[in-house]
Amino acid sequence: MAFLLKDLIKKQAPLASGHRMCAGCPAPVIVKQVLMSTDHPKVCTNATGCLEVATTIFPFTSWKVPWLHIAFENSAAAVSGVEAAYHGLANKGELPEDMKNAKFIAFGGDGGTYDIGIQALSGALERGHNMLYVCYDNEGYMNTGIQRSSATPIGANTTTTPVGSQSYGKREIRKDLLSIVVAHHIPYAATCAPHDWMDGMKKSQKAIETEGPAFLNYFSPCIPGWKIPADAWRKLSELAVKTCFWPLIEVENGKWSLTGESKRIADGKAEKVPAVEFMKNQGRFKHLFTQKKDDVLALIQADIDRSWDFYRKMAGY
Amino acid sequence: MSSGRFIAVDGADTAAFAMKQIDPDVVAAYPITPQTEIVMKFSEYVANGEVKTRYVTVESEHSAMSACVAAAAAGARAMTATAANGLALMWEILYIAASYRLPIIMGVANRALSGPINIHGDHSDAMGARDSGWVQLYSENNQEVYDNYIMALKIAEHKDVMLPVMVNQDGFITSHSVENVEPLTDEQVRDYIGKKPAHFKGLLTYGKPVTIGPLDLQDYYFEHKMQQHTAMQKVLPVIKEVQEDYFKKFNRKYEIIEKYKADDAEMVIVGMNSVMGTVKDLVDELREKGVKIGAIKPRVFRPFPKNEIADILKNFKAVAILDRADSFGSFAPLYAETLAAMYKFEKRPYIRSYIHGLGGRDTTMELLGTVANDLIKMKDSGEGHLSEAYLGVR
Ligand SMILES: Cc1ncc(C[n+]2csc(CCOP(=O)(O)OP(=O)(O)O)c2C)c(N)n1
Repeated sequence: MAFLLKDLIKKQAPLASGHRMCAGCPAPVIVKQVLMSTDHPKVCTNATGCLEVATTIFPFTSWKVPWLHIAFENSAAAVSGVEAAYHGLANKGELPEDMKNAKFIAFGGDGGTYDIGIQALSGALERGHNMLYVCYDNEGYMNTGIQRSSATPIGANTTTTPVGSQSYGKREIRKDLLSIVVAHHIPYAATCAPHDWMDGMKKSQKAIETEGPAFLNYFSPCIPGWKIPADAWRKLSELAVKTCFWPLIEVENGKWSLTGESKRIADGKAEKVPAVEFMKNQGRFKHLFTQKKDDVLALIQADIDRSWDFYRKMAGY
Repeated sequence: MSSGRFIAVDGADTAAFAMKQIDPDVVAAYPITPQTEIVMKFSEYVANGEVKTRYVTVESEHSAMSACVAAAAAGARAMTATAANGLALMWEILYIAASYRLPIIMGVANRALSGPINIHGDHSDAMGARDSGWVQLYSENNQEVYDNYIMALKIAEHKDVMLPVMVNQDGFITSHSVENVEPLTDEQVRDYIGKKPAHFKGLLTYGKPVTIGPLDLQDYYFEHKMQQHTAMQKVLPVIKEVQEDYFKKFNRKYEIIEKYKADDAEMVIVGMNSVMGTVKDLVDELREKGVKIGAIKPRVFRPFPKNEIADILKNFKAVAILDRADSFGSFAPLYAETLAAMYKFEKRPYIRSYIHGLGGRDTTMELLGTVANDLIKMKDSGEGHLSEAYLGVR
């Protein structure tokens, strides 16, 4: 189904403005894309991290849907518990009427998902709860001051992989979380980039309406973490897709496909842009340019080429 | 009235049986010896449709407690069970469960914490969680395990309390020992626990969405902690009320602190859980020989019944405190708290600490006999007063 902006603006936003996310942070945009993609009643859980901290400082909350935060590593376990409560209460005929059609959505940052929360995520996926897990991937532990995560790209300057006389930043490639998730053989998994809101909302809608576990990995540029201007996320989200740094992928019942600009690139209808175009205006990569670290830039390009090749093959190209 | 029907079960199956009768909306649990039997037995009830519970076979205890918190936050009755390392893995979430005021019930088959790894009974697990904000009930035998489970729900869900409750029993010693237990009938339990109270609502109310677990900073955190403190203060009166009601309805009498042959005693041995069965046997034996000794068994360690225990102990000449857990570098937990509680009196009994049974080592009649001999000496001479002994260690 296509979404029309003129309809969407009439809906109540699930997240009120006035929260304390950084100006220009796309994470609240991501939350709205996901939650506004269907009209089901929804219950959300949230891992500790920027989104949780900045949207719910007591006695305030931005959330207009029922929302639960427990800790950092357990958003997936929490959503399992809410979903189990739904079934347990339904078994006894005690489910509130307006929740009959409810959907359960977990949010977590990349730290809370790729790293400390991966066990809980894997467990919840394997158990087959009827839930959607959304990772907003800003490629680092931003809430605690820009530390590296296993989603941080090679060469990025973070506070735990600082650039120094013996260091060009992070040395390891990003973890392929999508493949890990897909290996659980869940019915639906996809990647999204918020500038392509139509693609993101369609995927969100499918993910929410899927019976069983679904997963979305949403690209989420970080203003202070990546040292970029407050108006930069849209452009960087677009460039991440155009460079194939962040391909738009959909895996439905084990069948991989590419969507949006990624599909056009794979089909030969659009050019794959060199990675430096994505990297050159981000402060976290600045040292690679000022110190002329062409070897590291080449490593990054090679990593993108390798993973793009892999995803293309998976999608049958 | 009690049911008059007995079943022969071990402590773990007793716990599972009580859980079956409670029929919680959600159970999320992960196996660990010696709790395993509880989850295995409960799984059978689920498999045979004997409960309506949604059973979540989580991948860890951390997720078990997280799922219980979430389920309870969604307005469900949630239960779990664990021991030792499992409880330790839950530690972070235990505090959150209590601070969110969620009436979760958890059975603990008390087991020694690693390391070195050991699967047998001691209280290092529960004692490690004593400041987590959970109510802690202790059970000497399987009957007490059963009754504590049923009463725990009433305590946890009481509107003045709304706190999670841990029902402790000794790993293997009771969890794997078959005893006669007289359960209530299913109908009795159903009527007794009733429907969830109206104040127990949560996430699954769409019209009026709630935010649970927001960031709570310097301007409110302290007040919220104070509310938790206030709730804990109300627990002992509620337990008393629940126990009295239980007695009236089912003719089973429990007290916050059980006194055994203590009325005219000069000396007492104080301890928790299964060792108190052995202590009572020793008391019987010594009483036949004319020794004026008794036993004191706190059934609740959190909140610590400080006034109750102090008022009971003040009149004795000599007191031995048995702790099945150490607190390295300080006093053992029950001993430390008892000492603190006694401080309000000018005249205090001689008192001595005994750490016993770590890693499931048997605390035998012979060993306890040496405690009694120490007490006999101490009551007149004060010898050993305020000293700390390790019972039966080589
Ligand atoms: C068990 C535990 N370890 C560490 C922390 C500290 N901590 C809070 S949020 C966070 C990083 C969050 O990173 P991410 O999940 O990527 O979300 P972001 O803040 O970037 O949105 C860390 C390390 C914690 N709260 N709990």
